Amino acid sequence: MFPTPIQKASPFAQTAYKVVLPLALVLWLLPLIGVAITSVRPASDLAAGNYFGIPSGFGGIENYTAVFRDSPIGLYILNSFKVTIPTVIGAVALSCLTGFALAVYKFRANLLLFFMFVAGNFIPFQILMVPVRDMTLKAGLYDTTLGLVLFHVAFQTGFCTLFMRNFIKGLPFALIESARVEGVSEWRIFRYIVLPLMRPAIAALSVLVFTFVWNDYFWATVLVQGQHAMPVTAGLYSLNGQWVAAWHLVSAGSIIAALPPVAMFFLMQKHFIAGLTLGATKG
Amino acid sequence: MSEAVSSSTGYWKKNQQRLAPWLFLAPGMAMFVIYVLFPIIESIWISFHDWDGLGDKVWIGLGNYVELMGDDSFYTSLKNNVLWLVLYLLSIPAGLAVALFLNQTVTGIRLYKSLFFFPFVISQVVVGLIFTWFYAPDFGLFSKLIENLTGQQIAILADERFVTYGIIVAGLWPQTAYCMILYLTGLNNINPEQVEAARMDGAKGIKLLWYVVLPQLAPATFIAMVVTVIGSLRCFDLVSIMTSGGPYGSSQVLSYFMYEQALSEYGFRMGYGAAIAVVLFLIMMIFITLFIVRMLMQERNS
Repeated sequence: MFPTPIQKASPFAQTAYKVVLPLALVLWLLPLIGVAITSVRPASDLAAGNYFGIPSGFGGIENYTAVFRDSPIGLYILNSFKVTIPTVIGAVALSCLTGFALAVYKFRANLLLFFMFVAGNFIPFQILMVPVRDMTLKAGLYDTTLGLVLFHVAFQTGFCTLFMRNFIKGLPFALIESARVEGVSEWRIFRYIVLPLMRPAIAALSVLVFTFVWNDYFWATVLVQGQHAMPVTAGLYSLNGQWVAAWHLVSAGSIIAALPPVAMFFLMQKHFIAGLTLGATKG
Repeated sequence: MSEAVSSSTGYWKKNQQRLAPWLFLAPGMAMFVIYVLFPIIESIWISFHDWDGLGDKVWIGLGNYVELMGDDSFYTSLKNNVLWLVLYLLSIPAGLAVALFLNQTVTGIRLYKSLFFFPFVISQVVVGLIFTWFYAPDFGLFSKLIENLTGQQIAILADERFVTYGIIVAGLWPQTAYCMILYLTGLNNINPEQVEAARMDGAKGIKLLWYVVLPQLAPATFIAMVVTVIGSLRCFDLVSIMTSGGPYGSSQVLSYFMYEQALSEYGFRMGYGAAIAVVLFLIMMIFITLFIVRMLMQERNS
C-alpha cells in the first residue's frame, strides 16, 4: 500500500492526520458550505452586509418557499426530469445492443465502428451545434424536451457503447459459445444470457448518464428558449439574472438544482465510481 | 409458399452470425449518424457559406476562414484556450496529491472520499455561480483573501489581466476531484508486493512514488489526461456563466466565441460560427487521434 499506512506512523502523526483531515475537507468544500449557509440566511443579513458571517437567524424556510413561489424552478426541475429520465433509458437501451454487437462478433468494421463511437464522445459540441439546431427546428422539436432527449440519447450512446462493449468483453465468452452449440438464436443469447449479467453496467451507466444530462447547460441553451421546456441548469442561470444580488435566493436555487444528481451519487456511489473509473486500473 | 418461408429461414439460419451484429448496431448507429456524424460534415459544409440560419446559404469559399485570420477575438480565444489547456493539466498532480492524502484506512475515510468528490457531481452552472459570488468585489470571500494578501482590491472577473485565471481556478475545483477519484481507484489496484519489495530495498517517499508507484498508475494517468485535455478545450459553461466572455471579450474561448457568433443578439452568423467550430474540431482531433492510437495499441496487445 502506498503511501505508508498512517497506523505505522508515530502517534503524533496519527493525531495530526485525524485533525488535518476534517480541516482539509472544510477548506475543500468551503464554496459549497458557503452556499448552503447562505441559502438559509435571512434576507436582512445580506442587506446588512453580513455575507459570510454567522447568520443572524434561520431563514431557510422563507428562502426556499420564496424560490418555489416566485420563480418557475419547480417547472424547471420537472423539465430536467423529463429530459433526463427518457435519455437514460434510451441511451442505455441502445448501447446494450451496440455494446453487445461490438463485443461478441468478429467482423471487419468492428474496431473502426468502436473507435468511431469513442471519438464521437470526445468531439466539441460546437461542431454539432448549427446542424443539430437546424434539424431540430425543421422537425418542429425546437423548444421541446423531446428535442433535447433525442440529441442526448444519440450523443450519450457513444460513451455508453464504449462502456458496455468493454464490460461485455470481460464476461466469459464460453457462455455464449456453448449456447451457440446448443442452437440458441443470437437474440436469445443476448436477451437471456448476456443481458442479465449486464446489470452492474446498466446501473453504473444509468447514474452517470443521469448526472451528465442533468448537468448539461450548453444544449439546454441551444435547443430550448422558453420556460415551458427549460431544464434547471439554464433556468437557474436566467433566474440569476433576475435575482440581482439576491444571493440567498440564488444559493437556495443552486442547492435545489444540485440535489438530484447529488442524491443519485450518494445512493449509487459504488456504481457511479465504477463507471467513472472504467479503464483506470488496467490496460 | 411454405417453401419460400423455409428457404428464407434457412438463409437466416445460415447467415445469422454474420447479420446479427448489424441488426444489433442499427438503432444506435442510426441515431449516431443522424446526430453526430452527419452534423460534423454539414458543419464543415456550412463553414464555406455566409448564412443567417434562415435564408439561403451563399457560397463564399474560404471567406469565413480568411476573416477569422484577421479577427482579434479569434487570437484572444486561441490564447485563452492554450492557457486553459496548460493550467487545467494541474488538476492531474493536484488530484494525485489529494488521492495520496486520502488513501488511508481510518474510520470514516469512505465518507471523506465521497465528500471530496462532491464538486464533480454538481453542475458547472452551480460551480460558476458559487465562484462568481466568491469573487465578488467588496464582500466576496476570495476577494477579501486576495485583498489581505496583496493589499489591493482586485475585481477578478472584471479585470482583463486576471479574469481567465479566475475562471480556470473555478474549473480546477471539480476537475481535481475527478482526477482524485481516478487515482484513488488506481492506488487501490497497485501491486502491494512490488511496493513492499521496493521498500525492502530502501526506496521511500518521492523516489518510491516516482519509480514504483507512478508507473503502475499509468492507466489512471492516461484517463486523467484524456478527460482533462478534452474538458479544457470544451470549457463553455463556466465562461458563459461567470463572464459571458467579458470584460471586452478578454475571457473568450473558442467554444464560447463560436456560440456568440452563431447565436447572439448581434445576429446569427452560422457560417462564421461553423468555421470557428471547425478550427476547434481540428485542434481537438489532434488530441483525439493521439488518444485513439494509444487505445488501439492497447487493444492490439490484449
